Amino acid sequence: MTSRFLVSALFAGALAGVIIGLLQLVFVQPVLLHAELYESGELVHFGAEAVSAHPALPGFDLMRDGLSVIFTMLTYTGYALILVAAMSFGEDRGARIDGRWGILWGVAGFVAFHLAPGFTLAPEVPGVAAADVALRQVWWFATAIAACVALWLLAFGQNWAAWGAAALLLAAPHLIGAPEPETFTGPVPTEIGALFAARALGVGLAAWVLLGCFAGYFWQREGEHAAQAA
Amino acid sequence: MTTMTAKSQTASRFVPAIFAAVLGLALITLTGHVQAAALHDAAHDVRHATGFPCH
Repeated sequence: MTSRFLVSALFAGALAGVIIGLLQLVFVQPVLLHAELYESGELVHFGAEAVSAHPALPGFDLMRDGLSVIFTMLTYTGYALILVAAMSFGEDRGARIDGRWGILWGVAGFVAFHLAPGFTLAPEVPGVAAADVALRQVWWFATAIAACVALWLLAFGQNWAAWGAAALLLAAPHLIGAPEPETFTGPVPTEIGALFAARALGVGLAAWVLLGCFAGYFWQREGEHAAQAA
Repeated sequence: MTTMTAKSQTASRFVPAIFAAVLGLALITLTGHVQAAALHDAAHDVRHATGFPCH
């Protein structure tokens, strides 16, 4: 049984990870490289002269971008392991798990791991002013876990108490608030920061839809294989 | 599998499911959150693009 979890998560995570890695290189990386020109001081916002919004950016870097694709695959394999575990619990409670229903699970994963933390700690462009990273990580994990529990309660809860608790868990991290910087020192133009957050969330949604679909498909297929072998 | 009752199936995969979830959590902690310099540098762009707190 353990192999069903590992195999379906590995296939789904690696396959989705390659596609997501390429999507990030095409849609997110140019915005990040643009921001780094301001982070490094090569470009200065509100300096003496107006700055072109279309500077020459560094091109494809095999080591840097190759590592990014590998780490994207690893990250989404990690997410896939969590997702198939949740899917198996859902199946035990009567949920149908396949590629098509997996899309819905993927959207839920996006809400839990991207949208919920990003609602207050928006995806950060390099150079942004931010509070201590350890404190932000604690808040990030707490918010993601609270959102996971909340979405589970929304989907599988049977009464208003469960749904009310879910709403509370979704709202609480943002009412409490995330660690914020004391002062704003970010040198990056707001246009780039906004585009970066939008791109990161957009690619994140595409990523999770793919991951959910693949995870559902491979979970069902591995189950059929196991049933035939038994 | 067909001879199993739904209940025993649930029990037989509870531990593997928890194992998978913990393994997955460890993996995203490693790729997305550990601040060791080599890991941070290699994963830098992914951490930003995926919305993890990075610096």
